[in-house]
Amino acid sequence: MSAKTKSNWLTYTVVILLAALFLFPIFWIVLSSFKSGSEMFRFPPTFLPEKFTLDNYRNAFEKGNFGRYFFNSTLVSVLSTILTVIINTMAGYAFAKYKFRGSNVLFIFFIATLMLPLEVLMIPIFHVVKFFKMYNTFAGIIIPPAATPTGVFLLRQYFLSVPNELIESARVDGASETRIFFSIMLPIAKPAMSVLAIFSFMWRWNDFMWPLLVIRDVEKYTVQLALANFSGQFSVDWNSLIAMSVVSVIPVLIVFLLFQKQFVQGMVTSGMKE
Amino acid sequence: MKKIKKKQGVTSLEMKLFPYLLILPNLFIFATFIAVPALFGAYFSLNKWSGMSAPVFIGLDNYVRAFHDVKFWQSFGRTLVYVLISLPFIMGIPLFLANLMIKEIRAKGMFRAIFYWPSMISYIIVGISFKFMFGDNTGIINYLLSLMGKAKVEWLTQGSTAMFVVILATIWARTGFYMVTYISGLQSIPLSYYEAAEVDGANPVQRFFKITLPLLKPTTFLVLILSFIDLFKAYGLVLALTKGGPGTSTKFVVQYIYEAAFDGKREMGYASALSMILLVVMATFTLLQFKVNKGGEIQ
Repeated sequence: MSAKTKSNWLTYTVVILLAALFLFPIFWIVLSSFKSGSEMFRFPPTFLPEKFTLDNYRNAFEKGNFGRYFFNSTLVSVLSTILTVIINTMAGYAFAKYKFRGSNVLFIFFIATLMLPLEVLMIPIFHVVKFFKMYNTFAGIIIPPAATPTGVFLLRQYFLSVPNELIESARVDGASETRIFFSIMLPIAKPAMSVLAIFSFMWRWNDFMWPLLVIRDVEKYTVQLALANFSGQFSVDWNSLIAMSVVSVIPVLIVFLLFQKQFVQGMVTSGMKE
Repeated sequence: MKKIKKKQGVTSLEMKLFPYLLILPNLFIFATFIAVPALFGAYFSLNKWSGMSAPVFIGLDNYVRAFHDVKFWQSFGRTLVYVLISLPFIMGIPLFLANLMIKEIRAKGMFRAIFYWPSMISYIIVGISFKFMFGDNTGIINYLLSLMGKAKVEWLTQGSTAMFVVILATIWARTGFYMVTYISGLQSIPLSYYEAAEVDGANPVQRFFKITLPLLKPTTFLVLILSFIDLFKAYGLVLALTKGGPGTSTKFVVQYIYEAAFDGKREMGYASALSMILLVVMATFTLLQFKVNKGGEIQ
């Protein structure tokens, strides 16, 4: 009993210390965003804002067309995420549960795409996107990045841990492959699909390279593209930049908090493994 | 599988077609936006091309040049150093945290969220934030050091400390992602295994090495492959944090290629050749891992 209490205390100490360490940068950036222009760079620094101000936020929104960029990022991220979850779950299931001709070659091909960072294929991708008339369109940053090798891999690994007997007994009962996939496998895969949805939204929201490559009009800029643009300017306006950085993280935070409930619930309801 | 083969007619046809239908959308996108461009890239690598005028075929000249490009191999070596130092932390810390996070502790959800938050922040913003914190004169880190009686460090103006900050930022930014991956892997291990082991008198360490690690193999494999590739192609974070500096001390291979293609001389052909070399190295590593770990299946 006392050994258990001791180990509990140790666990809490370690967890709290690490949490503080991980939280610190966020904490510091958020606090700094409420400091006035000169206070942000004072040395020795103030911990809490001496004079709490929203000026940095006000400037950030007045200077840039931030509402527009937020709308663009939201639209692109949501649509791309829906597409990603659907098509990656399908592919992951196929690779985990079917032996079909060419499955190994195709799987290696899928995984090999992981090793082709967009940065390295920029020039040819740019031409392909143009060829399909997707240049400077949202479709160009929604559709091509929706097929993620990571998502396929994640779902495949998840489905590998689902017992084959479940499928075989459904087949014996006369269920069609389509029915097995939709009625039995999809509910089981919910936790993995939720994880993928969180990741996918985050990837698309935070993505910089695809928008940089595909989008030309400032009106179609995503948040990241706009931020990079601001931070790349000759004299960086740190006060606005820090405030914008804080605001730009909020949507992802909201999605994460929304999905986490579903995520945890999914874990509970899928307790099918005994 | 034997049972399936015995089945006749519609079912077996459906069974043959269905997996292809399932992979079709992914396959189409991969083929169109990755495989085809990769082939184009391979073709460009055999040409002298600025992206504007028509490409001039020069055979393997770009590769010969790449072979002698000392700066390229230096950036390659730096990338390897960065990857090999970061990898153990990026695999170990999330596993450690995941094991803590599946315990029955209070406010578990909150702690998970805290560790996960940094990985929701874009590389560009992580870079901006760390640059802000590790500033020479105004950064909070140097202030904290001075509180402990330590001299201030010019973090981003010295090669080795800049690399340290890049690695630190990487670990901070990636831990949550892999922790979540580990947690979902850990939760797929049946509790009954642990209960049985406990009845048999296995201690926590034994349980970890005899049950957790072997059954977690698919997840560990996933983390290894993902983190290796993610580290190897590091660009955005470094760009925002150090711009590859000071000098070239944190300039990694993707940045080198990017600059060859888009800065100054715009050598698309040569940059394509460098990309191909990078591709071959990464592919070799991944296939090797696949062979060694047998695709991450539990044996």
